Amino acid sequence: MSERIVDARGSFCPGPLMELISNMKMMSVGDTLELLSTDAGSAADVPEWIKKVGHEMLDTKQDGEGTWHIRVRKAK
Amino acid sequence: MRVLVVGGGMGGTIFANLLARRIQHEMKTGKARITMLSASHEHVYQPGWLYVAMGRATPDELVREQESLLESGIEFHVDPVEEFHLAENHVKCKSGKVHEYDLIVISTGSRPLPEKIPGLKENSINCYTADDAVNFFKQLSDFKGGRVVVTVGLPHKCPMIPLELTFAMHDFIKDRGLLDKTEFYYTYPIGRVHSLENVAKWAAPEFDRMGIKYETLFNMKEVDGKNAEVLSEEGGAVKYDLLVAVPPHKGQEVIEKNGLGENGWIPTHRASLHMEGEHGKNVIILGDTTNLPISKAGSTAHFEAETAAENVAAVIKIGRPVRSYDGKVFCFIEAGKDRATYAMFDYQNPPQPKAPTGAVHAFKMAYNKLYWASARGLL
Ligand SMILES: Cc1cc2nc3c(=O)[nH]c(=O)nc-3n(C[C@H](O)[C@H](O)[C@H](O)COP(=O)(O)OP(=O)(O)OC[C@H]3O[C@@H](n4cnc5c(N)ncnc54)[C@H](O)[C@@H]3O)c2cc1C
Repeated sequence: MSERIVDARGSFCPGPLMELISNMKMMSVGDTLELLSTDAGSAADVPEWIKKVGHEMLDTKQDGEGTWHIRVRKAK
Repeated sequence: MRVLVVGGGMGGTIFANLLARRIQHEMKTGKARITMLSASHEHVYQPGWLYVAMGRATPDELVREQESLLESGIEFHVDPVEEFHLAENHVKCKSGKVHEYDLIVISTGSRPLPEKIPGLKENSINCYTADDAVNFFKQLSDFKGGRVVVTVGLPHKCPMIPLELTFAMHDFIKDRGLLDKTEFYYTYPIGRVHSLENVAKWAAPEFDRMGIKYETLFNMKEVDGKNAEVLSEEGGAVKYDLLVAVPPHKGQEVIEKNGLGENGWIPTHRASLHMEGEHGKNVIILGDTTNLPISKAGSTAHFEAETAAENVAAVIKIGRPVRSYDGKVFCFIEAGKDRATYAMFDYQNPPQPKAPTGAVHAFKMAYNKLYWASARGLL
């Protein structure tokens, strides 16, 4: 099982969710990913996609500098 | 200083020419040298393939001899790199020749891999090579009506292509009088019709006005050619008569094989453009092959090359770099056969696209010719 960090801060295009989807394709089942995003929309659209596909949300929090840290696990 | 540029596409060529112009004196006096290695003697203007797919250009119009684009003094070899020995500051080429350097710039681009999605290659058309673009035109011209589905793989180069192809096909079919027999169905990986929020806000009402249907949160998983259906990771299934694909991409195999980056994307520092890691001090990465979370586009390669050339020239002359890359990207968006708009953004500022006009389209058509001046580092 491996853990990767995807730094999508300041990414408007392709943007945090597309970065997350691209990275999840490179991962194995059980691997986890932490997405760093400065886009408030990520806190809503990442869980929506994760739920729709059937992966697992682990944690969402915002740090003091405004960056969202969203942790997910590849489930299938 | 011996500067070695690997890749004679947009990033490598613009970088080498801009640098050569800045360090003419140092090159003349033997204090600096630029060598470029590429996989082809040709330089291709890939954005032109969109027009080939619509029958408005032919592939030969989009090609120049690479050597003819380079500033004098730049040494050029068609000899693809097969081994990167970054700890020892040299590369080995297909011919067996070894090139040593003090600074290496890697801009080897990316490649479409429709074969990564089961059934996609056999059952869809795309415009990501010259041959595929010609085939696209033939199939679109033979199309007599039915359902045209656009499906988008990740990651891909040229973020505007899904929208541009859809608008262009709409106008093509309209001109052929087949609009009432055709249904357009656009799919997109995230929850809106484009990655850029402001572009999506503009494009969705355009789609509505043109009668183009769309489904978001659709990541293709497989294409069932027998039933003419594309299936998504999210559980969706869409029937098609003509399937138009934006295939998923990878960086070059040589990057992966040498362990420089997973899937051919090299970990790159977002401001300095140096490769991350212990050997990155004299390694600069440009264009599609970076792993930066920004668009894989010619304009990205161009702005990165400008920053890098200015910095390398400064290092040669005053011993330190002078600028950081700010994430700048500028993309035209063709909104049909005769209108266009554009999106300009960087790490801090999102784009504010305007309504499409004929004037911006005319400018894009002019840029398609002016590109050759841009590759020479004149624009
Ligand atoms: C259909 C289409 C439409 C597009 N439209 C636009 C647009 O409107 N606007 C925009 O900004 N961008 C657009 N793009 C994207 C743009 O073309 C690319 O992002 C850009 O070319 C990337 O530049 P690069 O230097 O990274 O790679 P490339 O330009 O692809 O160059 C890579 C170079 O590396 C060389 N190479 C490969 N392997 C090796 C090796 N082992 N050793 C040495 N050399 C090697 C190749 O021969 C080539 O010269 C479009 C692309 C396509 C396909």
